[in-house]
Amino acid sequence: MSENAIYAESLTKRFGSFTAVDHISFSVAKGEIFGFLGANGAGKTTAMRMLCGLSRPTSGRAVVAGVDISRRPEDVKRHIGYMSQKFSLYDDLTVSENITLFAGIYGMKEKDIARKSRDMLTRLGLYGERDTLVASLPLGWKQKLAFSSAVFHEPAVVFLDEPTGGVDPVTRRQFWRMIYEAAERGITVFVTTHYMDEAEYCHRVSIMVDGHISAMGTPSGLKAEYGAGSMDEVFYILARGARRSE
Amino acid sequence: MSEVSVRNVSMSYGRVPALDGVSLEVEGGTVFGIIGPDGAGKTTLFRIMTTLLVPGSGEVRVCGCDVRKDFMEIRRMIGYMPGHFSLYQDLTVEENLSLFAAVFNTSIQENYHLVAEIYSQLEPFRKRRAGKLSGGMKQKLALCCAMIHKPRVLFLDEPTTGVDPVSRKEFWQMLARLKAQGITIVVSTPYMDEASKCDVISLMKDGRFFRTDTPEAIVKGFGKRMYELGVQGSIVRALDDVASVQGVESCSPFGDRIHIVSPSLGREELSGRLSAIGYDTSSLREAEPTVEDCFIEFDSRQNE
Repeated sequence: MSENAIYAESLTKRFGSFTAVDHISFSVAKGEIFGFLGANGAGKTTAMRMLCGLSRPTSGRAVVAGVDISRRPEDVKRHIGYMSQKFSLYDDLTVSENITLFAGIYGMKEKDIARKSRDMLTRLGLYGERDTLVASLPLGWKQKLAFSSAVFHEPAVVFLDEPTGGVDPVTRRQFWRMIYEAAERGITVFVTTHYMDEAEYCHRVSIMVDGHISAMGTPSGLKAEYGAGSMDEVFYILARGARRSE
Repeated sequence: MSEVSVRNVSMSYGRVPALDGVSLEVEGGTVFGIIGPDGAGKTTLFRIMTTLLVPGSGEVRVCGCDVRKDFMEIRRMIGYMPGHFSLYQDLTVEENLSLFAAVFNTSIQENYHLVAEIYSQLEPFRKRRAGKLSGGMKQKLALCCAMIHKPRVLFLDEPTTGVDPVSRKEFWQMLARLKAQGITIVVSTPYMDEASKCDVISLMKDGRFFRTDTPEAIVKGFGKRMYELGVQGSIVRALDDVASVQGVESCSPFGDRIHIVSPSLGREELSGRLSAIGYDTSSLREAEPTVEDCFIEFDSRQNE
């Protein structure tokens, strides 16, 4: 159990008579890149909100970074990082201000923040832009900076919600290299995406349909199981029978 | 004659250039795809082709009419589905479609056959407000509204962005059937894997088209060799190690494998060099480049 960064057992969320997430069980190992796939409305966002400590499960349990999400939802937040395409950084703060803000929220010391952010910005080639407003950065840079900020405090798990939407292909590959680097440092990566080629980049994926996990495995294992040539085909076979949409 | 003809069009917002000498020709009854990331200039180009923006310079003709002089004629002949959902959220499904039909002096009944297949999926919800529909349903309604006056040319600006892969596949199947009815379609997408669904594609970045051709010819034009190697252990270390091998131009992660691009190395040669630095090359095989690989390759060539 201690090897698992995420462990969920019969995790369920109901809104009135609607069961958004219906008894899902899975575990994600430390340092694993886990792709969390599903059609619009399948329940991905609700599941992710529970795992981040933002929404209380109706029943079932989950442990994230060793913390029970029902009993200690506030503690979960200390051990995770989060990034999405929709929201990641404050446009009207500078690059440095954003990093300082996020690192400060996670309780890092000022001295450590200063040293570490210099290293991180140098590595990204953004040190010269440290006093630039984030609003004026190209989208690709913003996304790389957002990811770096989300793992700046070395969380046990980082949640990425469609992190690469609309970015150019070169940036998308650089972004994935950063994901591998983080995973190899021991950070567990939990990622949702609509790019099916990215599903192939994950160590393991699960596919959610109508609140259930319909399939889970390595990309090559799933392709073999469903006799499909690509993850896109696997997804289509599983999700076309879905009854509900968002 | 082309249904859509764009010649050397440039456009700036103040001092920010959005389009820089873009040209394209779309033959009647074909699907033309504009493939590029956010900020490439796709939406600006769509707004010019649909007469909502006047181009800074260059010439644009749609259905034989000039966008500057004959914009009213053009508007009658085209359908446009903008990137952002722009139907009336507080009208019902049926009211939206009736409104669009009425604006174009027609009725749902008159052209029902054109949208029947798509609209039949929406009919159970025809009394529902558009704002309460799911993403996939909104997209279908928007397509119906853009189609109800039987346009000659359909302009679809990122119709599948943010839509899940199943709905995306169904959407492309709908487009194939519209094409079969002789409708010309100009469509943009950031998803490179959708390129193969188009007859001709243009790869776009920073306000420029840097390659226009059939998807097959684009992939053929890659002009370099690409290999795939299975990796045990650290992917990041493998990327660095392999990138430093002489004759290797670049490599990128691909799950538990990496893709290696080389201008000229044959399999045996590459295998020898990889073995020399301690890699097991039993899994090394030649791989087919994707449109995304080509996008990266052609983009880097124009920057040289």
